[in-house]
Parts: sequence; structure tokens; C-alpha cells
Amino acid sequence: MSFEPKIVAFLCNWCAYAGADLAGTSRLQYPANIVPIRVMCSGRVDPEFILEAFRKGADGVFIGGCHPGDCHYVSGNYKARKRVEMMKKLLKEMGINPRRLRLEWVSATEGQKFADVVSQFVEEIKELGPSPWREKK
Amino acid sequence: MARRIGVFVCHCGINIAGTVDVERVARELEKQPGVVFATTYQYMCSDPGQNLIKQKIEEENLDAVVVAACSPAMHEETFRGVCREYFNEYRCEMANIREQCSWVHDGEEATEKAIKIVKATVEKLRDNEDLMPILVPVEKKCLIIGGGIAGIQAALDIADAGYKVILVEKEPSIGGRMAQLSETFPTLDCSQCILTPKMVAVARHPNIKLLTYSEVLEISGFVGNFHVKILKKPRYVDEDACTVCGDCEEVCPVIVANEFEMERKPRKAIYIPFPQAVPSTYTLDREACLGLAPLTCSQCKEVCEANAIDYDMQPKIIEEDVGAIIVATGYDLYDKNKLVEYGYGEDDDIITSLEFERMLSASGPTGGKIIKPSTGKEPKKVVFIQCAGSRDKQHMPYCSSICCMYTAKHALLYKHHVPDGEAYIFYIDIRATGKGYEEFIERVMEEERINYIRGKVAKIYRDGDKIVVCGVDTLTGRKVEVQADLVVLAMAIVGKEEAVKIAKKLKVAVDDGNFFKESHPKLKPVEALTRGIYFAGCAQAPKDIPSAVAQASAAASKVLSIFSKDKLEKDPLIAVVDEEHCSACGICVSVCPYGAMMKMENGKARCIEALCEGCGTCAAACPSSNIEMRNYKDEQIVKMVEVVI
Repeated sequence: MSFEPKIVAFLCNWCAYAGADLAGTSRLQYPANIVPIRVMCSGRVDPEFILEAFRKGADGVFIGGCHPGDCHYVSGNYKARKRVEMMKKLLKEMGINPRRLRLEWVSATEGQKFADVVSQFVEEIKELGPSPWREKK
Repeated sequence: MARRIGVFVCHCGINIAGTVDVERVARELEKQPGVVFATTYQYMCSDPGQNLIKQKIEEENLDAVVVAACSPAMHEETFRGVCREYFNEYRCEMANIREQCSWVHDGEEATEKAIKIVKATVEKLRDNEDLMPILVPVEKKCLIIGGGIAGIQAALDIADAGYKVILVEKEPSIGGRMAQLSETFPTLDCSQCILTPKMVAVARHPNIKLLTYSEVLEISGFVGNFHVKILKKPRYVDEDACTVCGDCEEVCPVIVANEFEMERKPRKAIYIPFPQAVPSTYTLDREACLGLAPLTCSQCKEVCEANAIDYDMQPKIIEEDVGAIIVATGYDLYDKNKLVEYGYGEDDDIITSLEFERMLSASGPTGGKIIKPSTGKEPKKVVFIQCAGSRDKQHMPYCSSICCMYTAKHALLYKHHVPDGEAYIFYIDIRATGKGYEEFIERVMEEERINYIRGKVAKIYRDGDKIVVCGVDTLTGRKVEVQADLVVLAMAIVGKEEAVKIAKKLKVAVDDGNFFKESHPKLKPVEALTRGIYFAGCAQAPKDIPSAVAQASAAASKVLSIFSKDKLEKDPLIAVVDEEHCSACGICVSVCPYGAMMKMENGKARCIEALCEGCGTCAAACPSSNIEMRNYKDEQIVKMVEVVI
């Protein structure tokens, strides 16, 4: 059986979640490997959540926020970006390919972009194979 | 005490049930601890659906409810309203298994994913606290950005209802695009004649503060309590003192192009954009003026008997508190130079629809005479090209909505001006969906004998005195070549470039055409995703005048409904600091974008409820995890993560 990755997506309420809704309204198909969790802002995504997801056996973590300058909460997305950069380094140290963590800017009008980046991300994780932490679970 | 949770899975007709095995979702959820009841129903949002929830809350003694259906953006309010009769509304959560599941996936995996989404929602709900909305006062004053017909209509509606309005317009006069038009379709009313009374009404209204030649600099706050900074640029002429005698204009030695006339007519450095401008005053264009500092010319001041000219006028920052904002920033035409593949580019005899409007206007550059700009002679053959940049994947993919109608109007008016002239219209389809529009098109086609050619233009080039327009008539399959004297392009309508900047200040989205994104394309066409912000007119999408006016009145009614209350309910989903364990590091104080985290005397942090917007940046940053977001607590999210993997 082919490898079906498990991916958690943290989507900010104002941009990425609305973009994902628009992908739905427009009936744009994308792989079901990704399961959304709505947060108010990408800046809410605690590094702890990302670690916890990998610890629980996720093969990838996706964070969707507003475009730079468009954050509903002024600057939460910039904080998310900094944290993701830091987390990528940390994950590498811990033996997890940093490509397994992806931050994307998706606005409320970008249903197509949401479907596209999610599909790409799922493909990428498929290439990377199961997370090395899956067995440790 | 453990919750007694009920799960209600909606079929949404076949929207969900056509893809997701809803029965299986209900059966799986029943196995979850705390879930004491699960069922499915055809349309959960319908009255019988809502009654089913009520009935089961009573029968099964439920004290929390998950509705697995569409996006919470659609129906969270509906279902929370249902539950409010029995328990705190925060004991109701929605699981989005339509937009983010059944509509985007197929088969078995859709059902699997739906189960995960509903399970995660149950996990979150388990730890939801009962919360009461925070009440905040409402500043009953509205900011309207843009003084075209939409902004004017909204301002008058709100002001007439007895509330204060601040109308900000970037240009020296209100009126917008409508003031530039000659006649309006399909009735052929004179545009200015029907607009100017409204412009004057705005200027005279005691409830409207009109700030022309002004721009919005900063916007902060939230519904009911926005704070805005507005820059009033110096016009170097006292608006109240100016008598519009025109003496200054006469002596001014500088001649530049008049933007209002689409740069087809000159103006002086000190100017009034058009005779009926409101406010009725001259403006000194600093860029064009020979020099203010040091003063180089000063002829205008010398002749001004009213002593209205003040070279030392400074930019002014005006700060206002408003409860709601209407964005009515209007439109621009797509840049015709971008249509290089047709060879449009720069040619005096290829003009845009707005340039043609000015030509038709009695007060325009030609005094209402239609001319061929390169020679000044009457054009005997005119080609009108529709969808120039619209419905074109290389440019703007959408329909600009009004071009079919105004092009028909242009052709008709041309024939009235030049009865022996020939008019050709290249079109893809004719879209005439408004009231009386189809009849108007028919009249133009039959009575006015305009040559409608169905097909796109392939090429345009100059050949001596003529402009050759080549295309294919797709109805006959024949090639068409017209030797035209004048070509008029019905350019695509795009949102203002400034709209992008304003959107950033408002934290709302614009699309690829620079149009503001509404909260819901059908049911919330005037609301932004952010509460308290509304759109009117072409800022939201291309539209004709009646639609812009209707949308403006709709936006005004939304604002009035906010102003009808003394207090507004604010989401109580805010941050709470565990002050006992707070290590007083101050990181949350520095990351909070709203200044809602206050450092107390002992160094510890406290969240100011009225200021907190609930983004959660502080909670994510707190190194000792002592900040919790109400109902988005760390352990709630971690549990959700666990369930979805």
C-alpha cells in the first residue's frame, strides 16, 4: 500500500481558513491527508504544537497565515515566520527534515493557492516518506 | 463534571452526504467518551433541523453540542443561537465537514477525514469554558473613504438618519467617476445633472464632515471603536474664503494636463477640477506651482481679492474615533499600454472610454464635439472595442460588467453627433442584464444602425491617416478590416491602486483586480470579513450606477444597525494571564500588537480585556506557558492535534 502521510494544518481564521473555505466553495480538489485545525492567528501557533504534532506521529505540519502586511492582528504572521524559521533549525537538530514544516501565506481570496500549496506539500511529504518519529510514538 | 455531548451531523442535501458517509460519522462519534448522542439530519440549519437539536438537548439531557456541517463562517451564529436557549453558547461548536472536506475530497478518505474533524471538535468542546460577551461602547460616527456616487449615497443615508459622517476624498472635489460621465445609460440622463444635487447636499449636511484633498493614513481598533488618522493635504486656498471668481487661474502662468479631463484638456497650477466641484474652491497644485518655498511667482495671491490664498498652509493630521467604516474607493481603467499585443499603445486616435465620455461632455475638452484628436476633424468612422483587457486571461479574466452598455450609449451618441458617420462595435457577447438594458441595446442595434461585429480584434495598426482594425466576424467567419478615424477602447475596470494600501491599513483582503473581498459572495456582499467594515460601489466589483447606489444604501443600513445599539458585544475569546505563575519576563508585553498586555507594578503581566483582540501571539510567546487563550487553550489544541493524526 502506498504511503499516505498524516499532516496537521494550522490555519488562521481570517486568511488561510477562509481561503480553504473558498477552495471548498469552488470545489477545488486536493488530497485529504491534511486535516485543518482553526486558530485565530498564525501567531497563535506555539512551537510546542508543532513538536507535539511530530511527537504524535505527524509526517508534516502546515501553517497557513495572512500575507505579510495583511495580518488581521497586525503582526502575528511575522511572529509565526520567525518561529517557523527557528523551529526548522530545531527540527533539523532533532533529526526531522525541516521540509516537513511549511508556512504559507494564503489570503481569503486564494482558494486556488490553498489547494495548490496543500497538494504540493502532500507530494513533498510523500517523497520524504514517513516521519522518523513515527516508530518512536 | 463530564459533559453530555450531542453530535449532529448534517447531510446538507447531497453536499455532504453525497461524499461523506454521514451515518458512519455519527456512529463513530457515538463511541467517543462524553458523546451521549449522535444523529444525522437532512438540513440541520432548517427549522426542523434546529428543532431536532432542541428536542434532543431536552430528551437526552445534553449540555454541549457539536454540529458537523458547513464552515462556522456560515452557521455558527445559527447554532449558537439554538443552544443559547439551554446553556452557554460556547458549549456549541461547529465541525466544518463541507467546505474543508466533502467539497474537496472523494470517497472513503472524505469520510475518514470528516470523522477526524468532528472528533477534534469534540475534544475542543470538552474544555470550552462558559463565557459571556464583553460589552464595549459604540462611537456612533462613520468614516467613509471615497466620495464618488457610492460614498456620497452612503454618507447621505447615514447623516439623514441622524449620525455623524466623516467623508474622506483624495481628490480636490467629490463626485468621482460619475462626475466625469456625459450621459448615463439606458435613460440618457445627464450624469452631472443628477449627481450635483447630491454633491451639494453632502456639502451642506450638518452631520457630514467633508474632508477633500485628504487621505487616510492609519486605522486601528475594532468595530465600534476604530481610531483613524487622516492627512488633510494643504490646498493653499482657504475653502471658505474662496469665491471661485477665477482671477487666480487667469494669471497663473503654469499650464499642466487636467486629470479630471483624462489629461485631454489643460489646467493651470491653481485650478478647480470642474465647474461644479464640491467644495467649490480652487486648489493650488504644489507639484506644478513654480515654487512655494522659496516663493517664486505669487501672482495668484496678488490678484485674489478674497485673500483666500495662503502659501504657508501646512498639512494637517486629523484624528477621529469612529464606530464603522465604509470603503467606497471606486475604480480605475486598466492601463491601455499593457495591451501591447493588439498594438494599442500610444496613439492619439486610440482613446479610452473615459476619454470619450469627456469628449461627449459639453464641459469637456472639446465642448461636446466629437473629434479625431490628431487632426481635430470630425471622425467619419469610429470603432468601439469591447472587453479591452476584460474577459482575457492575459489581462483581467473577469467581465467588467458595464462596458456593453456604455459602448452602446457611446455609439448612439456618436450617431446623434455625426449622423453620416459609421460606428462599429467589436464584442464577444452582449451582456445587458439590468432593467431596460436589453431594450436599449435593441434600440441601438436596430434604430441607430450600428454595426455590431461579434469577434475579438486581432490587430490594430496605423496606416497613414487611418487606424486599421482587423478582426474576424465569428458569426460569418469572414475577416473584417475597418479603416477607422477613431478607436475607442472599453477598458477593463480595475480597483484603485490605492485600494491595496487601504486594504492593508484595514487588514482586509483585495483580489487580483484590486477589488475588496466581501465576507460572503452571495449573502454578505457588502461586509468585510472584519466586523464594522463595509464596501460600496466599484471598490468591491465592477458595477453600474444603480447597483453602486443600492450597495451604498445597503452598507449604510449595516452601519445604522451597529449605531442602533449603545453597546456592542465583543468576542470574549481573549488572553488570560496566570498571574501567580507569571515570571514577569515581559515578552508578552512586547509582542502584543494592541498594547493589551500591561506590566503591573510587580512586573507581572495582566491582559486588558477591552484591548485584547484574541490573536494568541502572547500565549505562543510565553516561555513559561502561563498565558491561556480562552477556549483556544494549549491543551485543547494539543488534544485536537492528537485526534487528527
